[in-house]
Amino acid sequence: MAEIVSLAEGIAELVRDGDVVALEGFTHLIPFAAGHEIIRQGRRDLTLVRMTPDVIYDQMIGMGCARRLVFSWGGNPGVGSLHRFRDAVENGWPAPLELEEHSHAGMANRYVAGASGLPFAVLRGYAGTDLWRHTANIKTITCPFSGEVLTAVPSLRPDVTVVHAQRADRAGNVQMWGITGVQKEAVLAARRSLVTVEEIVDELEPVPGQLVLPSWVVTAVAEVPGGAHPSYAQGYSVRDNDFYVRWDVISRNRDTFRGWMEQHVLKAQVQA
Amino acid sequence: MSDLSVDYTSDEMMTVTAARQLRDGVACFVGIGLPSTAANLARATHAPNLVLIYESGCIGAKPDRLPLSIGDGVLSDTADAVVSVPEVFNYWLQPGRIDVGLLGAAQLDRYGNINTTVIGGDYAAPQVRLPGAGGAPEIAASCGEVIVVLRQNLRTFVHRVDFVTSVGYGGGPGDRERLGLRGGGPRTVITDLGVLEPNPETCELTLTRLYPGVTVDQVRAATGWDLAVAERLTTVEPPTEQELRILRALEATKKKGWPS
Repeated sequence: MAEIVSLAEGIAELVRDGDVVALEGFTHLIPFAAGHEIIRQGRRDLTLVRMTPDVIYDQMIGMGCARRLVFSWGGNPGVGSLHRFRDAVENGWPAPLELEEHSHAGMANRYVAGASGLPFAVLRGYAGTDLWRHTANIKTITCPFSGEVLTAVPSLRPDVTVVHAQRADRAGNVQMWGITGVQKEAVLAARRSLVTVEEIVDELEPVPGQLVLPSWVVTAVAEVPGGAHPSYAQGYSVRDNDFYVRWDVISRNRDTFRGWMEQHVLKAQVQA
Repeated sequence: MSDLSVDYTSDEMMTVTAARQLRDGVACFVGIGLPSTAANLARATHAPNLVLIYESGCIGAKPDRLPLSIGDGVLSDTADAVVSVPEVFNYWLQPGRIDVGLLGAAQLDRYGNINTTVIGGDYAAPQVRLPGAGGAPEIAASCGEVIVVLRQNLRTFVHRVDFVTSVGYGGGPGDRERLGLRGGGPRTVITDLGVLEPNPETCELTLTRLYPGVTVDQVRAATGWDLAVAERLTTVEPPTEQELRILRALEATKKKGWPS
């Protein structure tokens, strides 16, 4: 059964220095508030895993939480570059960032394998690309039935996965809908999981296209209204597209970045 | 810009050309940015039954404004089906169900290989760190055909890409088969100067179409290799007034968000 906790308690209990941490959400339902709490609690040496590291990972990398990044696309969606990510890779600021780079298909299948309790996943992928040259985590495998040579990637088993969802009930059953990306797989692949939700309700009313994570596969649930901002929660909020554009300016310079983080994250009132 | 049929930018010409390349009724895997603009222009003009597939899992999206990201709410709200990200890659892309992949690129070489990963320096300490692969390697591998859309200059059209993120024709004829890539590869490269298509024998990208007012020398000067030019070079029709009007209306929705 998932425990209902505050965001600060959830991060304190579930995210530890040196952990492999996945914050998932595909443009929609990105757990920004949880990322900010990880920054406030000063976590270090994290291996951050995410298919699309965008603004939240840019912030975590720029604030020195990460030692390593496992990913498939690192950009500001619809805007351009992630300047803190680039500064870490190009100049080692604030610390060098080790990269393990994949394709979306590879990352998605790595989560599927993790959720399935398998050591690796098989796909038609990566063939002919230079991605092979930079990680040992892409190999070929021969199909024992047809002899066909395919690609294998190891499963992802994060120490902890954090996702955001629309609702949970008081027993900790989680309900999400709209674009749900790879969140189910990322939660089921992880050893521990924290789900932040827009609201905790008495009863989960069914919604078309919903995805439900039963309470007993989730470690903890925290109610964090607006916890996806500037991303969005369908039915609750719309994406703050202007913020993504503003982030390009805020994050370009180390000092304006630090100043913004001080004011809006480090000194921000921690939500209960 | 009083006369729409005369005044247009080279980016508009590029977008309109990419849109025209999409046949009605085909399923198209769409990246964000210019590819998405072109696909939505096609759907709003000659290809109302174009099936737009976004890697966020939105299949058959019918947005009434340009989405600002691949996970924009307007895509899931209007899609025939919203599936998970593993599903979109495993069930839909991988088996070859998608006819056309529409991709952008930071660098492209004469065999249509694409770089969106790093430029300059070495991988660990690049001059420019780009976003990386995303869905592109498997889109380039598995779609029936690929259309690449990018501006053409000496930075983008290079003799050798700094990093092969997505494979076109590899090192030449036979490479796609050798690598087990089942899709057809890049059949059309659309730039702000004209259109290139692979020579069926050599797989080398060859200039086949020019935009009005653009010369072969101009295209050569914007290409980082000795560019092959088709014997029968054609000129692309300029954008029609209708194409420009719809394209500009679509672009305007990006600025104001939801349509009123």
